[in-house]
Amino acid sequence: MDDVTKMALDAPRIGVFVCDCGLNIAGTVDTAAVTEWARSLPDVACVVRNKYTCADPGQNEIRKAVVEYKLNRVVVASCSPRMHEPTFRGCVMDVGMNPYLMEMANLREHCSWVHAGEKDKATEKAKDLIRSAVARARHLTPQEELKVKVTKAALVIGGGVTGIQAALDLADSGHQVYLVEKEATIGGIMAGLDKTYPTMDCSI
Amino acid sequence: MAYSEVVNVSGFVGNFKVTVKKKTRYVNEKECTACGECVKVCPITKPDAYQTGFSTRKAIYIPFPQAVPASYLINMDDCLGINPIACGKCADVCEKKCIDFDQQDKFIDIEVGAIIVATGMDVYDPSEIDEYGYTRFPNVITSMEFERLICAGGPTEGHFIRPSDRQRPKRIGFIQCVGSRSAKRGNPYCSNICCMNTVKDCLLLKDHYPDTDCTVFYMDIRAFGKSFEDFYMRSKEEGVKYLRGLPGEIEEDPATRNLRVVVENTNGGGVDFHEFDMIVLSTGVIPQKDSAVIRKLLTLSKTSDGFLMEAHPRLKPVDAPTRGVFLAGCAESPKDIKDSVAQAGAAASHANILLNAGHISIEAVTSVIDDSMCNGCELCIDVCPYHAIQSNGKKSPPTIITAACAGCGNCGAACPTGSITMRHFTDMQIEAQIDAILEEDGDQKVLGFACNWCSYAGGDFAGISRLQYPTDARLIRTMCSARVDEEFIWRGFHKGAAMVLVSGCHYADCHYISANRQTVQRVNRVWDKMERLGIRPERLQLEWISAAEGQKFAKVMRDIEQMRKRVTKEEIDETVRILNEERDKAAAKKAAKTDKKEQAAA
Repeated sequence: MDDVTKMALDAPRIGVFVCDCGLNIAGTVDTAAVTEWARSLPDVACVVRNKYTCADPGQNEIRKAVVEYKLNRVVVASCSPRMHEPTFRGCVMDVGMNPYLMEMANLREHCSWVHAGEKDKATEKAKDLIRSAVARARHLTPQEELKVKVTKAALVIGGGVTGIQAALDLADSGHQVYLVEKEATIGGIMAGLDKTYPTMDCSI
Repeated sequence: MAYSEVVNVSGFVGNFKVTVKKKTRYVNEKECTACGECVKVCPITKPDAYQTGFSTRKAIYIPFPQAVPASYLINMDDCLGINPIACGKCADVCEKKCIDFDQQDKFIDIEVGAIIVATGMDVYDPSEIDEYGYTRFPNVITSMEFERLICAGGPTEGHFIRPSDRQRPKRIGFIQCVGSRSAKRGNPYCSNICCMNTVKDCLLLKDHYPDTDCTVFYMDIRAFGKSFEDFYMRSKEEGVKYLRGLPGEIEEDPATRNLRVVVENTNGGGVDFHEFDMIVLSTGVIPQKDSAVIRKLLTLSKTSDGFLMEAHPRLKPVDAPTRGVFLAGCAESPKDIKDSVAQAGAAASHANILLNAGHISIEAVTSVIDDSMCNGCELCIDVCPYHAIQSNGKKSPPTIITAACAGCGNCGAACPTGSITMRHFTDMQIEAQIDAILEEDGDQKVLGFACNWCSYAGGDFAGISRLQYPTDARLIRTMCSARVDEEFIWRGFHKGAAMVLVSGCHYADCHYISANRQTVQRVNRVWDKMERLGIRPERLQLEWISAAEGQKFAKVMRDIEQMRKRVTKEEIDETVRILNEERDKAAAKKAAKTDKKEQAAA
């Protein structure tokens, strides 16, 4: 077990990184107030506000803080985890932290972008989302991912111009390709055309 | 594998198991030399779909001369029959003896690491727009029919004639946006390719027959691609007329079979009358009709226009939400050949990255069992949609096969003893979130659970689309709605939530095969108990929201705010009191049971 993983099992030391996302978040949510408020949350060791947390300077702030404050949990309060979870997992891994010790609060897609006219209420909601993420982070534990083999073959469903091109590209890269076409011939809609725009060459 | 269909897909990224049904051709495709002797003796004549019905084919046929594979096939719906063999003339004349009436459909199992969905498009059928008379007037044709009539490989060998009298039409009208950009009939979206296709058709006519008079009725000409504007201008220089306004009606002169259109000229004003020898309906693109089967097999979503949904509209345009599946061509949205080819390359490239990696990491969101707490009830085995939990005999803790576990969390929610831990979505983590959300002003809040793939993503889509909705809801993300333990809902109410929302993928679209059926059962049980305890069931809502339904997400948020407003502080206090009582009762019962056990032991 490496040191940071061991540390994760100790009392939580959580870093909260509040993102302005330019004006995407800060235009609606009072990120300065949220940042100050987050300092009062239990187990939070540091709170940093950034203009763009996903950009290099923002990520550097996270890496720096993990080392400086001996953080063993990170909460990034920015956009949807469906968007940047891989980014920030990678970021904390750079400083030896298990990626599953990073948690996100979705202040953009689920808050600032959909409550543009309600700054106070959006700010209150942002606090709740961070409070929830911090509460969850407190209970995060390191996880090991399972590595599985990839079968070196591909299936292309549909034998029109798109499917044929994709199948050829994959075959040219040396992979076994199965091209499945429901009609009796490949060619699809394009085979029914005469000439094609804008070059006026034949379709078949 | 032509004349084949994907009938089943299982497994996961990098390790898909696929069953392909190879339909029987009744002709051995490896032996067939496409000599065509069989066709000469076949007595059955049917419309040739490739030539859009303008010519005929036999029951044994090849779709078109350049078909791949270059092999004939028998359409058994057309053939006189093989059981018993009613005719058999084709088999008699076939020198290679490759006609095999005993051939059967074959099921072939394959294993692949990546899947590219390129199921394409269908063409809009204009029959429903009755005022254009497509089904009534022979000289009203579609753009696909135009292609066959002008093609050297077509039924007229490229001599462009009109169907009614086989004469060359000299005045041809084109009507744009047939089935596109209409809220009433057809589809609301732009089909992307029809404007340039019509420009091309006009230039072909001008090239073959310079004296042809071409008139195009349009609402906007969308010539946005590389060199498209030049192409459009060239057609104008060659005398193609463009009139802004879509005809309201087409009438036929019964004597000449010529066509008259009435159209409001939206540029110059006034109503114009025009007469044509032929009219071409520039028909739009619609989602491929059979793509729903593939969509379900691969647990993909569709956008409101019916085309397949990508993982992210800007940043992941060829990745499907299901890892290891990629989208290309018109399956994703209407597009022309160049864009289809480009997207095919992009999809192939992304599939390549996966295939070349050799190994991939599977997210550590899987279940583990604490053997010391398990009572061996095997409920988890019953609810696992992946058969990833193996029995070790009743009363013994079962074994979870980690590689087969997809991480829905259904078992964790079902486990009555709390011995199953869903890694990264543990009870403790989720309960901490519930408590944090309801720490202050629970009466103002909606506690929401949203599945990662659909409902949470639908919320993201509402955000990307900047759809505005009330601020009440606080969502907790789980991988599947089946992770939502009944205890989570009760805890929400106990901690003072005004409303609780459970949301997941649409019933048939669950990303974990059928896990969300358990969600329904659990919510039903909670509703029943709420009723029994005197808590208004309306305060628990169950909604299915897909990743593409940003609009629906916003609407659910608006509706649920109205419901939340009807919940008073007194009502919440009463709920908390009832649930305190329930808790005390349960604790007393447990204590009594323990006492009894101890007494028995003594």
